[in-house]
Amino acid sequence: MKRNVTFTILGLLITFALILTGCAQDKGKKEETSKVIKYVLGADPETLDPAAMTGAPEGTIANAAFEGLTRYDKDGKITQGIAQKWEISPDGKTYTFYLRDAKWSDGSPVTAGDFKYAWLRALAPETASQYAYQLFYIKGAEEYNSGKGKAEDVGITVVDDKTLKVELSQPAPQFLGLTAFQTLYPLNKKAVEANPQFKVEGDKKIVGNGPFVIESYTPKQKLVFKKNPNYWDAASVKLDGLEFYLIDDDKTALTMVENGEADLVVGNVPVEDIPRLKQQGKLKVYPNLATYFYRFNVTKKPFDDPRVRKALAMAIDRKAIVETITQAEQKPAFAFTPYGIVDADGKDFRENGGNDYFKEDVEEAKKLLAEAGYPDGKGFPKVSILYNTSENHKKIAEAIQQMWKKNLGIEVNLVNQEWQVYLTMMEKLQYDVLRSGWIADYADPMTFMDMFVTGGGNNLTGWSNKEYDELIKKANSSGDQAVRMQAMHEAEKILMDEMPIMPIYFYTEPTVISDRVQDVIIPSFGVYAEFKWASVK
Amino acid sequence: MGHFIIRRLVSSILALLLIITFTFILVHMVPGGPFASEKQLPDSVMRNLEEKFHLNDPLWLQYVKYLGQVVKGDLGPSYKYENRTVNEFIRHGFPVSATLGALAVAIALVVGITLGIIAALRQNRWQDYLAMVIATIGFSAPSFIVASLLMFLFAYKIKIFPTAMWGTPAHAVLPSLALATLPTAFISRLIRANMIEVLQQDYIKTARSKGLSERVIIYKHALKNAILPVVTYLGPLIASIFTGSFVIEKIFAIPGIGRDFVIAITNRDYGLILGLTIFYAVFLMAMNLIVDLSYSLIDPRIKLTRGEG
Repeated sequence: MKRNVTFTILGLLITFALILTGCAQDKGKKEETSKVIKYVLGADPETLDPAAMTGAPEGTIANAAFEGLTRYDKDGKITQGIAQKWEISPDGKTYTFYLRDAKWSDGSPVTAGDFKYAWLRALAPETASQYAYQLFYIKGAEEYNSGKGKAEDVGITVVDDKTLKVELSQPAPQFLGLTAFQTLYPLNKKAVEANPQFKVEGDKKIVGNGPFVIESYTPKQKLVFKKNPNYWDAASVKLDGLEFYLIDDDKTALTMVENGEADLVVGNVPVEDIPRLKQQGKLKVYPNLATYFYRFNVTKKPFDDPRVRKALAMAIDRKAIVETITQAEQKPAFAFTPYGIVDADGKDFRENGGNDYFKEDVEEAKKLLAEAGYPDGKGFPKVSILYNTSENHKKIAEAIQQMWKKNLGIEVNLVNQEWQVYLTMMEKLQYDVLRSGWIADYADPMTFMDMFVTGGGNNLTGWSNKEYDELIKKANSSGDQAVRMQAMHEAEKILMDEMPIMPIYFYTEPTVISDRVQDVIIPSFGVYAEFKWASVK
Repeated sequence: MGHFIIRRLVSSILALLLIITFTFILVHMVPGGPFASEKQLPDSVMRNLEEKFHLNDPLWLQYVKYLGQVVKGDLGPSYKYENRTVNEFIRHGFPVSATLGALAVAIALVVGITLGIIAALRQNRWQDYLAMVIATIGFSAPSFIVASLLMFLFAYKIKIFPTAMWGTPAHAVLPSLALATLPTAFISRLIRANMIEVLQQDYIKTARSKGLSERVIIYKHALKNAILPVVTYLGPLIASIFTGSFVIEKIFAIPGIGRDFVIAITNRDYGLILGLTIFYAVFLMAMNLIVDLSYSLIDPRIKLTRGEG
């Protein structure tokens, strides 16, 4: 009897072990043959409707499932997408796009009408698209969106199935780049009307025209894509599919990648792991079109005096901040527009303008502060730095607090607020000095420079300068890149002379990618990762 | 008993109405809004959004409309996740959180009661000390530490369980263990204290002198009385654990509703905050009612009468 029990247990154990190893082997085989990249995207997408999307996580999804008139190539340059070629009128206001033979994932042809439909849908007041303003360059678009104009008066004309004519209200060379982004993707009218909520469940599918098509979506878990055989450039797509993991815990995401359960994570790498990852050679750092800076409330004393603002900007050690706090090879910023934007001569806008509009110089800063009436910080009012609650912002604010105290003898408080309270205080100018960041919407200096025009929605400093406004206006009304870029260089100089904002560093995108994965493109804005040309070993 | 249930239902509905009203006022008082962003929206775009979600109606009208919707069982749309309704959030997330919660409660009951009984029977001996040391650790270690430690040991160092996410039974092991730590500790201490007390009572002595086996005495007579406080604790425990844990769900990337509530507040997602509050409230009330009803089943001395209800 006893023996029997022993044998039974032994037998069960052996069977169990066999099943387990069997499973493990199966898994191994599957991974070898399947050409699928597993990417930890981050938080759950807010929507799968391109017109309603605003963030980079959603942009990354849309970029895999759709294609606009243009697309960014491997080197980050604008190239042909659905449009095979285009003509821009000499005054820079009329764009004519000639479409290639392309198909939707359901096999129907992509036409000029699909673009018009999608753009008017994004502009329609009842759609309430947050990024509708990306289309405001088009004649009549803003009027239609605000309910003052009609859809018929928007400057989008379908010449024929393969030709789309767009009229802008003023020259805007950045418009071409915008056609590569989610708000301007075409939509298949029939599919949208059948599935207006952009659901992926049951027999509801999203019809796209990109390299991949969404196969399934489990909210807060994962998105599964497979290759779209109907994509016009399907020959370039080497992967069978993609899996996007919707994990918003940075630490967990990194463990998944290091454990081989996922292939890459872009951007959201925990700072405390960065030194170790660097040492192990696992960290890759990509440039990012974004700037970390502090706003000064120029409507308040003592920040109404440019000398005070300059003194404060000159009295901090940016190198120390990026090397000891942020640690991901961020570049100290002595200008506002980051590296990575092409200037009129084909070179880099930042390189041309220089990253040296001011210097870190404590003696000079002290002098400026004394001139402004606060020698050695005496009599400087008690002011505070406001930031949204986050470990990193706190560390940076603490460092700056110490540097100002040591170098200039002034005392500042630190105040942190929950995100939404922080936003409200920023909008209402209820701050002295405010932590800020700005990410490019498109690859043109204008996305940074037009923030600070008088009364601009994103100015939020109370700063106003007529000359600056004139230069931005000049850049906006010219189709000539040389004129535009020159005006923006001059405007940036004024911004840095007057210093309503204090640049601190240019962001980077720290990334951990498995060796198994090749040719994933990490763009510098808008999209976290581009998989069109990617492959696995 | 029927009378008792009806009374409870009526008072619950009144309480719920108060909860909805207060939450509604509070969410609209807090600074910010569902469409606030670091990038300011043009006025026309903001107006369109407010129009779409009827946020430009007077507050009292929004409140009345919302109540009308809730009565029909429709908790309305999420403002941030534009194409999803609150009902969908609950339908997708609650079964996941509840499954994880049920596993954690089962672990907590089995392990907690076992530890508690062992400790009580071997009072002041090494078994007792060991069990109580385990309980103290479980009691004081924050769940994110336990979760991170389990993940590090059993997913990263020894690769026997997946790091995170949800889908197969293996995915549920680490998070349910992490979730069970605190209630296990709590239950074991409750059981130990009550067992020690009950075992000294006269009826146990009577049972012993009658010559009943130790097993029957402990499981049939002593445990039945010692478990009553655990049942009381079980109501709120199930209500809180079944509705998900923010920390555990975030660390293990579990698509439950525990995370939704916290994220909804950060996003000022008015629809989702209100809808989940209502759902939590109803669930908590139901659990407490079930606990009260189960007392009379476990201990016939407790009668649910008008006066006591």
